[in-house]
Amino acid sequence: MAADTGETPADGFGRVSRTKDVVFRLLALAATLIGIVSLAALLLNVAVDAVGWLDWQFLTNPPHPNPYEAGFLPALVGSIAIMLMIALVTFPLGVGAAVYLEEYANDGYLTRFIQLNIANLAGVPSVVYGLLGLGLFVGLFNIGYGNVLAAAFTIALLILPIVIISAQEAIRAVPDSQRQASYGMGATKWQTIRNVVLPRAMPGIMTGTILALGRAIGETAPLIMIAAPTTVFGLPNSFFSKVSAMPLQIYNWASYPQTEFQYGVVAAGVVTLLVVLLTINSIAIVIRNRYQQRT
Amino acid sequence: MTNEQMTSSETEPTDDQTAPTPGTDGLADTADSGGETTFDRTLLEARDLSVYYGEERALADVDIEIPEKQVTAVIGPSGCGKSTFLRCINRMNDLVDSARVEGELCFDGKNVYDDDVDPVALRRKIGMVFQSPNPFPKSIRDNVAYGLKVQGKQENVDEKVHTALERAALLDEVEDQLDSSGLDLSGGQQQRLCIARAIAPDPDVILMDEPASALDPVATSKIEDLIEDLAEEYTVVIVTHNMQQAARISDKTAVFLTGGELVEFDDTDKIFENPEHDRVEDYITGKFG
Amino acid sequence: MSQPDFSHDGIRTARGTAFRYLFMLCALLSILTTVAIILTLLVDAVDFFAQVSLVDFLTGTRWSPTNEPIAFGVLPLISGTLVITIGSAMVALPIGLLTAIYLSEYASDRRRAYLKPALEVLAGVPTVVYGYFALVYVTPAIDAILPVDLSTFNALSASIMVGIMIIPMVSSISEDAMSAVPDSLRQASYGLGATKFTVSTSVVVPAALSGIFSSFILALSRAIGETMIVAIAAGQTPRMIDLTDPAGMFLDSIQPMTSAMVQIGTGDIVGQGPAYKSLFAVGLTLFVITFVMNLISELVASRYREVYR
Repeated sequence: MAADTGETPADGFGRVSRTKDVVFRLLALAATLIGIVSLAALLLNVAVDAVGWLDWQFLTNPPHPNPYEAGFLPALVGSIAIMLMIALVTFPLGVGAAVYLEEYANDGYLTRFIQLNIANLAGVPSVVYGLLGLGLFVGLFNIGYGNVLAAAFTIALLILPIVIISAQEAIRAVPDSQRQASYGMGATKWQTIRNVVLPRAMPGIMTGTILALGRAIGETAPLIMIAAPTTVFGLPNSFFSKVSAMPLQIYNWASYPQTEFQYGVVAAGVVTLLVVLLTINSIAIVIRNRYQQRT
Repeated sequence: MTNEQMTSSETEPTDDQTAPTPGTDGLADTADSGGETTFDRTLLEARDLSVYYGEERALADVDIEIPEKQVTAVIGPSGCGKSTFLRCINRMNDLVDSARVEGELCFDGKNVYDDDVDPVALRRKIGMVFQSPNPFPKSIRDNVAYGLKVQGKQENVDEKVHTALERAALLDEVEDQLDSSGLDLSGGQQQRLCIARAIAPDPDVILMDEPASALDPVATSKIEDLIEDLAEEYTVVIVTHNMQQAARISDKTAVFLTGGELVEFDDTDKIFENPEHDRVEDYITGKFG
Repeated sequence: MSQPDFSHDGIRTARGTAFRYLFMLCALLSILTTVAIILTLLVDAVDFFAQVSLVDFLTGTRWSPTNEPIAFGVLPLISGTLVITIGSAMVALPIGLLTAIYLSEYASDRRRAYLKPALEVLAGVPTVVYGYFALVYVTPAIDAILPVDLSTFNALSASIMVGIMIIPMVSSISEDAMSAVPDSLRQASYGLGATKFTVSTSVVVPAALSGIFSSFILALSRAIGETMIVAIAAGQTPRMIDLTDPAGMFLDSIQPMTSAMVQIGTGDIVGQGPAYKSLFAVGLTLFVITFVMNLISELVASRYREVYR
């Protein structure tokens, strides 16, 4: 009974069969939910496995071959150090590029080329950025293998397109009437950008940048390529300290065959990484909600 | 003769001696010799002013002389180029990439389209009020002080903010909440805040682009009263689609019709009682537009 | 009569110009990045091709950079990438498309408001976490449920995880394209007595086809470049695959290009030898493939943006 037109003339207009419609609707809903449900199940699994492993000792100890003494502290601190450096690098560069593209550039070939180029960079595999970091920062600039600076610069280039694109959206959302009001007062372009456009776009820019940092903190492949050590026992104490990061340590532990690692230590590391990520993203959402602008 | 014509224009609305192409050649002479008269001195003068947006002509060979310290209304059907004309005066059209301006527009005898004119410096002499209120998401005080800040006029800011709010007839309503957001005000108050913001740096000219079109009748009448007061100190050019408004508040009226053509420019009373052109009469009486 | 002075203020103008160029420099940095990527890859890849012939690289069917006999044929790696791409496409394309239809045509505004962010989470989970999930949960689960002989490292679990990760990429871009279809087209169809199913499948999807196509290419490009999931869960067995043998394709260990790069990157190989330089040759191959796909996706997408504007 999956025909589009039914025929029961006694009912006046008759009824059109909805079977196909209903089945399709349910199928589409199931498709929408399947990814979310699968991820939820996996997260539940890992959370359960982490119980008993994710404790104070895990968070404050250095890594150890004995799973019961293994800790995550150097990786955790390493990730945060790298992330702060990335924020320092990407924020000014990303905002600067976005300001140029939205406020200064005319709609010429150069602008369109830059725009297309940024979209393309956002799609370059992260492992390729790792090779860029290896060739550029480790090789050409001789910053050194796998230290805080090399790691931060490499991942900064990786998330820069995302920061630029989201900052552009935030700047574009500033109503033109605000710029007009400022120019009408005899403000220069820079005064208008500094006093009107940027303050108004700032919550959006912050949200976008923080979300991009969330992406950065999960990146693994670029760190492998610049030869960041998968396991580090001490905390980074300078820009040139060899540094590991949470995802890198997880990758390393996941290759240990013991069940205590596979279903214990790694689970604790994964939960820690996800909690940090969740915290970062929550901060972004809080900023967005608090400063949501009235028009 | 031309001087007489100028001075008489305020009191005698029906002066038929104006040339058939109204408000142009005859008056142009005045500007050259007009330095002597303190009243009715021409402050803004357009000569063969045309504006193109890409290929499209938005303003066609406009000649006009706008007197100092009077209210000049610019009326016409939508799309007639009246806003374009207004935005020529302070070069806001520069912000539109496709806009191209030909001819001259003189401010106090200086062509503002000369190469040595910095539009930023020009706009500091000319305040602008927009169609819908556009206060910044800042405090009332910071809104009014914005022009002072960007123009580097940092002395006596509080005093100037007070004066501007007073002139804009807003001070009584907001005196005790200067630090609250300008966005908390009603629409009419916001527009008066924008007027205060425009006059705070003490410009010579105030341009208004349909300043009351987004407001209710009560707020509109407050703005209209305010505009008449402003003309004592400032040269006001106001674009409006509301002919009654133009008749109520302006001294001079310019009528633009389709194609960006200035068809008639004269004393407001003359335009509304006995216009030179049939097309203008048709427009005024609602047969067209 | 003295004319008013509107002349340029030197300091103001200079400052404005300085800021303009400063910001322009930031924007140009993106072009520099692209140039740097290409140069970095090319310089070392050229070194590599001085030692290994381009033909051997592109047509060789054996990849063994460190174990004798040494061979640098990239085809086994490309076929490994192909397996992951096909597998994740089978997961993500139908699911992503149906999701887009549901979000665009069926879901209420309220439901859409929480489904969309929930879907975005799928793309936000670090890939190393997905890799770990594939290895320790998905593979044992499939092994327990299905009557198949699944290796510890296999293409199946990795493909499923990559597929789940790229669902939001397919669904959000496709949904944008579907939302851009003018309502008048839907109304016309409803006016003829069509059901929602008919409208969705025979009006909306065809009208949004170029946007959907663009989302597919972009998602597959992401799958090709995905590294950590395959490095952890798919194994390190570079081998030619037989497209007629799905079991052989998916149940055993393979090695895509990205996984091979990680293997070299984590290994002890350094210096000027071809084994190390092959990293850049494979990287260049990967870059060219994904770059071309992203470009195609962008061009197709800009076409659909023009159609309904």
